[in-house]
Amino acid sequence: MQQTTLLSDPYNVIITGVGGQGNVMASRVLGNMLSEQGFEVTIGETFGASQRGGSVMSHLRISRQTAWSPQIPKAKAHVVVALEPIEALRVLMVFGNPRTRVLCNTRPIQPVAVICGDAAYPDGTEIRRAIGELTSDARFVDATDAAVRLGNPILGNIMMIGALAAMGGLPIGRADFKVVISRTMDADKVTANLAAYDMGVDMIGAKEQ
Amino acid sequence: MSILIEGKSGTRHLLMGNEAIARGALEAGVHVAAGYPGTPSSEIIESLAKVCGPRNLYVEWSVNEKVAMEVAAAASFAGLRSLCVMKQNGVNVASDFLLHLAGSGTRAGMVIVPCDDPGALSSANEGESRHFARLVEIPLLEPGDFQQAKDMIKWAFALSEQIRNPVMVRSVTRLSHASGNVVFGDLPAVDAEAYFKHDGPALDPLQGVMLSYPVALKHRGQQEKLQQAVSLFEQSPFNTYEGPENPELLVITSSACCLYSTEAIHLLGLEERVGLLKLTTTWPLPPQLMENYLARTDKILVVEEVIRFLENEVKVLAAELAPRIGIKTFFGKKDGLLPTVGELNPDLVAGALARIFKMDYEPVAATYAAQAAEMAAKAPGRDLTFCPGCPHRASFWTIHNVLEMDNRQGFVCGDIGCYSLAMLPSGFSTLKTLHAMGSGAGLASGFGKLKAFGMDQPAVAVSGDSTFFHAVLPALVNAVHQQSDITLIVLDNSGTAMTGFQPHPGRPVDAAGNPAPQIDIASVCEAIGARVRTCDPFDLERTERTLLEMLADTPGVKVLVLKQICALSPEKKAKKMFEMRLDESICLGENCGCNRLCTRIFKCPGLNWDAAAGVARIDEVICAGCGVCASICPAGAISKKEVA
Ligand code: SF4
Ligand code: SF4
Repeated sequence: MQQTTLLSDPYNVIITGVGGQGNVMASRVLGNMLSEQGFEVTIGETFGASQRGGSVMSHLRISRQTAWSPQIPKAKAHVVVALEPIEALRVLMVFGNPRTRVLCNTRPIQPVAVICGDAAYPDGTEIRRAIGELTSDARFVDATDAAVRLGNPILGNIMMIGALAAMGGLPIGRADFKVVISRTMDADKVTANLAAYDMGVDMIGAKEQ
Repeated sequence: MSILIEGKSGTRHLLMGNEAIARGALEAGVHVAAGYPGTPSSEIIESLAKVCGPRNLYVEWSVNEKVAMEVAAAASFAGLRSLCVMKQNGVNVASDFLLHLAGSGTRAGMVIVPCDDPGALSSANEGESRHFARLVEIPLLEPGDFQQAKDMIKWAFALSEQIRNPVMVRSVTRLSHASGNVVFGDLPAVDAEAYFKHDGPALDPLQGVMLSYPVALKHRGQQEKLQQAVSLFEQSPFNTYEGPENPELLVITSSACCLYSTEAIHLLGLEERVGLLKLTTTWPLPPQLMENYLARTDKILVVEEVIRFLENEVKVLAAELAPRIGIKTFFGKKDGLLPTVGELNPDLVAGALARIFKMDYEPVAATYAAQAAEMAAKAPGRDLTFCPGCPHRASFWTIHNVLEMDNRQGFVCGDIGCYSLAMLPSGFSTLKTLHAMGSGAGLASGFGKLKAFGMDQPAVAVSGDSTFFHAVLPALVNAVHQQSDITLIVLDNSGTAMTGFQPHPGRPVDAAGNPAPQIDIASVCEAIGARVRTCDPFDLERTERTLLEMLADTPGVKVLVLKQICALSPEKKAKKMFEMRLDESICLGENCGCNRLCTRIFKCPGLNWDAAAGVARIDEVICAGCGVCASICPAGAISKKEVA
């Protein structure tokens, strides 16, 4: 049964990633799914440099009462959805607390400093360990590669939304997703998006067995 | 079809602040909207352009903000409600006209929406538009949430019509680019007729001529209009107060800071001790309303972005009212409690409140914070860079190399657009100056006249295609006429890329997507008298040769147009021109004499460096298939195959 209430009001979600990954699209879809059910949703976005390789963050505030600040206060994130692993670490530093939960896409995107050799990209297991230590629940999914197999890396975002729904904690489900995606996308794209959503749900399901 | 006109009255929608502003204008029955693209303002005009047909609207992306304001004013003079939109520094550009417009007055409602960018999240400045409202003496409104962003636009149109002068409604990034739920109102009928009546009595505001002359008379009239606005402000339903009757501290705030302040009071559990006055009519302040709240307490904290504006206004008013309300203690930016640089957030406001109330504010245990910081330190930072396949990376690669080859300490004066990033290592730190729109060419025009004083460094300027029309053109005319020695490089990527690809006069379409006459940059430059060459920046070799020749050529004004479409343009997006292959057996890695040109210097994000294997790789997900890196690798390890 889909949960209908919030575990906390406001409930705070951060979606983070790198410019070009579709952060804004993901936050809009999620925001609309919640708004559809009558929640007051506030989304704060830092996308000035979104297409040019910088870190990007969307802050979602979900409430039954009112609009909240588009910037979540420090240490108040309930869930962090990271489209890129090291972005999760960056966000936890400011907005995390020991009860924060994380959903993390494992596909790295090298920053310019790594490409040119000025810095090293941390090892995958080290990142997992760090995120695990800082949070109460950390899930890792390989959404990008699955999305590439599905034909479009951008669908990775939709998988992450499916996985987020499957993690529990948010009052969202497949029906809400279908309503939103059918309204905002061309009909020929809806099937692929639903498939991506379901794959995301399965990624978490498989973990839980 | 857009939700902005499909949404019925009374329904509730999740809207971006800019969309809420657009809906507000539609509910007010706007008929003409003009602006120049600039983050965080662009979605307002874009949203309106999408519905211009069904809503009987004329929408344009003007050549610059001053012209946008003139276009909007013309509509007002002819009896149509009009909206004019720009980012904060656009107001500087338009301010000469605005000063005179405020003197001449307007007819149908005219609303000016500048979107400020506290913290310069996507700007080269964090300048403010609020000061212009005071400078030219027009009313200033600042919505404090998403619903108000819509509703106050409608209110502003009515106010403008009542006082027959433009009204400024200021937004900021955290409203414009944030989203919240908004309940829609009614949309009015769409019919409208334009007629400019000008042959009545000269001084008749609705039938005479539109002038700021005679100045003293008009200026006095303008100040009377402001007084009228103030009396409406006293009654405004948009100024609200929350908190106890007599709070220990009164917080006075406006704009996005309303949301930060509410949250900060909540974080510290100070709801019973602090009063919050959310002001939306911020200039001129309504004195009776202010007196009512100032009288309730002795301590006042003003929360605003970026520099002191409200704080000063409140202090002046409090001084005037002192005989009746007593002497107050003020907190805010003057005493350093809140920063005067950068944007605010709930934590900064909470920190200020905690200091005033001598409370501890520790959002998370210090041990957790330390551990998280230590782990985050391992995450390498993300410097901004051009997109994979961006023509600018190739252009600056060549410009940078040619200036080195030329060996006379030549330099590039930068301008505003994606290519401003060339001030950073990802653009080979090529730009040596960066100021306003068009300032690159203007500065070069000046540098190019300094030969008489012994300066023989070549002065180069860059300009985007949209920037060219916005403000480079006058500087170029100046350079030709003054016989300055400059080379202007126009980085023509066929659109206003930085802000989301809006059309400009060099494009064959207008804001509504209809065909429009295209003005050719090269022909314009030739007509002015410059020597013009055109290259494809992806052709590194030819571009290099051409630019070298141009620098060595006889003095005068030379223009090189580098034409290649932006990697994100709708025409190009997600379509690879080339399939790229990196042969790892040929890549010499660190042992290559090239010092890893591809990844250490050129560093397109589509290329990865595999440190363990000691070779470069192409990242298929990120590479845009522009083919340029094939010409960079001296070992010939990267090859390209045209995509059929
Ligand atoms: S948006 Fe276009 S012009 Fe701007 S950095 Fe990306 S590719 Fe280059
Ligand atoms: S072809 Fe080379 S330069 Fe062009 S986007 Fe791909 S990796 Fe970057």
